[in-house]
Amino acid sequence: MIYDVLIIGAGCTGVMTARLLAEKNCTVAVVEAKADVAMGATCANSAIVHAGYDAKPGTLKAKLNVRGNVLMKQLCRQLGVEIKEIGSHVVGFNSEDRKTLEGLLDKGIQNGVEGLRIIEQDELRAMEPNISPEAECSLWAPTTAITCPYGITIAAAENAVTNGVHFYFNFTVTGASHAGNIHYISNGDETVAARYVVNCAGVNSAVIASILGENDFPLSIIPRRGEYIVLDKVCGNMANSTLFVCPSGRGKGILVSPTVDGNLIIGPNAYPIEDGDDTSTTPEGLEEITAGAKKIMPSVDTRMAITSFSGVRPTPNIYDFFIEESKQIPGIINAVGVESPGFAASPATAEYIVGLLEEAGLVLTDREDYIPTRRPDGNHIQFNRMTDEERVEACKKNSSYGKIVCRCETVTEGDLIDAIEAPIPAVTIDMLKKRTRAGMGRCQGGFCSPRVAVLIAEHTKKSLAEITKFGGNSWLVSKRTED
Amino acid sequence: MTTKELTCVVCPAGCRLKVTLDGGKVVGVEGNTCARGKTYAESEITHPVRTLTSTVTIITKSGKKLLPVRTDKPIPRESLLEAMKIIRSVSANAPIKTGEIIVKDFIEAGTNLISCKDETV
Amino acid sequence: MHKKLIIIGGGPAGLSAACAAVDRGLSASDILVLERDSEPGGILNQCIHAGFGLHRFGEELSGPEYAGRYIKMARERNIEILTYSMVLSLTDDRCVTFVSPALGYTKASADAVILAMGCRERTRGALNIPGSRPAGIYTAGCAQRYVNIEGFMPGHRVVILGSGDIGLIMARRMTLEGAKVLAVCEIMPYSGGLARNIAQCLDDFDIPLMLSHTVTRIHGKERVQGVTIAQVDENNGRRPIPETEQYIECDTLLLSVGLIPENELTRGANIALDRMTSGAAVNQYRETSAEGIYAAGNVLHVHDLVDYVSEEAEIAGYAAADRILGKSKESKKTVDIHTGFGVRYTVPERIDLSRDSEPLKIFFRSDNVYKKVQLIAETESGKILAKRTKTAVAPGEMESLEIKSDDILDLIGTDDKFIRVYIKEFGGDAK
Repeated sequence: MIYDVLIIGAGCTGVMTARLLAEKNCTVAVVEAKADVAMGATCANSAIVHAGYDAKPGTLKAKLNVRGNVLMKQLCRQLGVEIKEIGSHVVGFNSEDRKTLEGLLDKGIQNGVEGLRIIEQDELRAMEPNISPEAECSLWAPTTAITCPYGITIAAAENAVTNGVHFYFNFTVTGASHAGNIHYISNGDETVAARYVVNCAGVNSAVIASILGENDFPLSIIPRRGEYIVLDKVCGNMANSTLFVCPSGRGKGILVSPTVDGNLIIGPNAYPIEDGDDTSTTPEGLEEITAGAKKIMPSVDTRMAITSFSGVRPTPNIYDFFIEESKQIPGIINAVGVESPGFAASPATAEYIVGLLEEAGLVLTDREDYIPTRRPDGNHIQFNRMTDEERVEACKKNSSYGKIVCRCETVTEGDLIDAIEAPIPAVTIDMLKKRTRAGMGRCQGGFCSPRVAVLIAEHTKKSLAEITKFGGNSWLVSKRTED
Repeated sequence: MTTKELTCVVCPAGCRLKVTLDGGKVVGVEGNTCARGKTYAESEITHPVRTLTSTVTIITKSGKKLLPVRTDKPIPRESLLEAMKIIRSVSANAPIKTGEIIVKDFIEAGTNLISCKDETV
Repeated sequence: MHKKLIIIGGGPAGLSAACAAVDRGLSASDILVLERDSEPGGILNQCIHAGFGLHRFGEELSGPEYAGRYIKMARERNIEILTYSMVLSLTDDRCVTFVSPALGYTKASADAVILAMGCRERTRGALNIPGSRPAGIYTAGCAQRYVNIEGFMPGHRVVILGSGDIGLIMARRMTLEGAKVLAVCEIMPYSGGLARNIAQCLDDFDIPLMLSHTVTRIHGKERVQGVTIAQVDENNGRRPIPETEQYIECDTLLLSVGLIPENELTRGANIALDRMTSGAAVNQYRETSAEGIYAAGNVLHVHDLVDYVSEEAEIAGYAAADRILGKSKESKKTVDIHTGFGVRYTVPERIDLSRDSEPLKIFFRSDNVYKKVQLIAETESGKILAKRTKTAVAPGEMESLEIKSDDILDLIGTDDKFIRVYIKEFGGDAK
């Protein structure tokens, strides 16, 4: 089969593009090196839908961020994914910061961000009672929102599969050849053919561009790691909105924010690293973000931490996103260096990529059988987000919704089975964790992970020894020694 | 003459005991702060015994699962690993009651491996 | 739904409380025990090692046997235990929302509620151990479930962080099942586990216990490949000393770094908690700040022996039954219990004095290892209520002092507002 479009990389940009194409009459495949969607930067970031005041006016980054902010909210509603428009403050501590904030305000206005204004100390404290007494002022951006980046990406991927998109997981692109206007993308064993190819490979996008045949590709990616700490839900209401410290040279600086699931997140720092896959955390880094968070909110207490993690951003050697059709090989679109605010921008980036595909000759027509939800029968809502009445009904219809497996996050066996049987079957501990939040709570899976593993084994008819945390060599248990 | 060190487990003090042996016989105990420590050291050095607990496979109507088991008397410490080998080769059938013997004369005559749980089906 | 007594949790605390309530005269049909797991017994079902029941039954039982005794006692009393039942919320006026496959999503009210939810293990996240996040990092209890219930091995070359009892027990269990336990690292200069477990779980198998050591980094992308450990500086906030770092190749890291009472429901009901125990603050009947809501077992404070859990839960069971049957004792005065030198916390935290007081026990833990000590409870004005001499106390083992009913009666007439519990060293070198 020759697909119309092949997308490399199942991060937010790739998945959003696949999902948008699936609304039209065209055949789409996505190849992904890892075992699931959203395994790179999409899975480990601040989970903020940025308003768009930060990017340089006139850049693609600015344009796609502001548009993405609007589209993300629409898409979350369409697919039943939670999103909260809680707004953000960039917090200033002195007159120098105030100048920076005014600069941001000016950029934001040029970028078309709505509702921005500088707020003075009294109002800031009224809005954020726990903020540092040394905070003098802030730039208030009411359109900033929080959501679950992998949650919406998984939802979009399910919507894509429901509408006929094919996903190839554990598919590491190692070679490409081109014959006429057909491109053959290979992992060494298997080859997938398509008329158009979109490179959304995130931290590997520059390498993939070379594999696709770009000679002297001008961009390179410097993986930049950011560390985070997640605090217990009892800390979740310490901040009402996302609080950024006034930016320095590196990234947007450290933030303190509630998460859409009710925790408090602090981080990130930003350091270049060699290996784009190295998501380890460091003692110095965790101390740095703790200190940074305490600057904004002195009462942040990392003894309430439930987990820490790090994410790797695909920072390019230029300022802007680079999204263009290849000049050397027509029909190939490279989306390279789509770093923060790449997630907020992703629905708009998808629009932009689809536009480029059409310019390159792809003909798209509306399809009448398009299904706007995650599954053919709608968006399945989890037990922990149901109303009392819905819970009563769910338990009556299917008693497995009455059986709690993850007690910290109130995830039922029904929710887990639903995810195991989803359009993209969740067959690892981490896949289920990302879809249902089982193991995301304060006990971090100490109680439920053996039970979740057993459930996967039962439903996939495998031995527990074959179940992994996230594919590859991430085995959980082995058979007992038998003498 | 040889010396051996061990921790006294009689009370939370956890005294580090130094036991002097002459041909397997205890000739001196040091480090104890009470008389009970000396008694403990003597029996622990000459004949240390442990209750062994583990699991065996049990065949029930709904399939195989694990049944907790233990020795009904302490067994010599040096035979723990040998005992584990035997346990791995043993299985039980439901129904079974707590205290029911799974292996008679386990390791030593008069000592049995018993079930620690009721398994009805 | 309405029940006179709802007990949240069907482990050793919940079962003991339920039996006690029946023995006090409450009808079994007025009691509902909500158990979240597939069977009653709680965590004891996976604690297959021996050492339970010496105080209660005068014999050394395994966890499942100890649980079995109480399950049998509950069955004999016809107490209803609803399994797979998870309580989702509790209010201070005793409304319980729970969900189960059998009854679905249910709201129930009660005249009395006993909290018996137990505790959970602290995790890597709570310690913020840096490094990668591969498979192969388990809490000791999670590993225990894999080995003893599911029958699989969580790994082959194991490092254990923390010398809590479950960690020590798992060191032995993994060794007996063929794994190699390379080291047990303990950040404190002493172990939090029982001396007996150190001797019989580590020393018996030549497993090194590395005191004042911690894990500073986890290595491996997909599965744990090793850990870096280091000695900590006792004089500098227990920070790792970089020069002492060493790499240990292993495929598994087990964490036994403490237990936390599982008090989310308690917090949701706005019940006052004791910062030191992380459980509810209670009077001698184990009644919390919410009237008619009692707490017992590891949800109240983490116990060293299950025998004490049963004992404590009986107190709560009796008190709940008394309340329902209208036999509660009238309180004339409340005195708080303060912690003095060497005492980390006490349970109860306060005493309701009444005319017909029974003798009561104050349970407490020391904050360090002390040798040759007196344990003392005295009134605000200095009257000694109870005194005991011990060769040693350690934070890993619970202590208690008993106060006589005459002394309680005497207190009613005084101006004393509190009782103080403290440890006095009387010689020898204290660590």
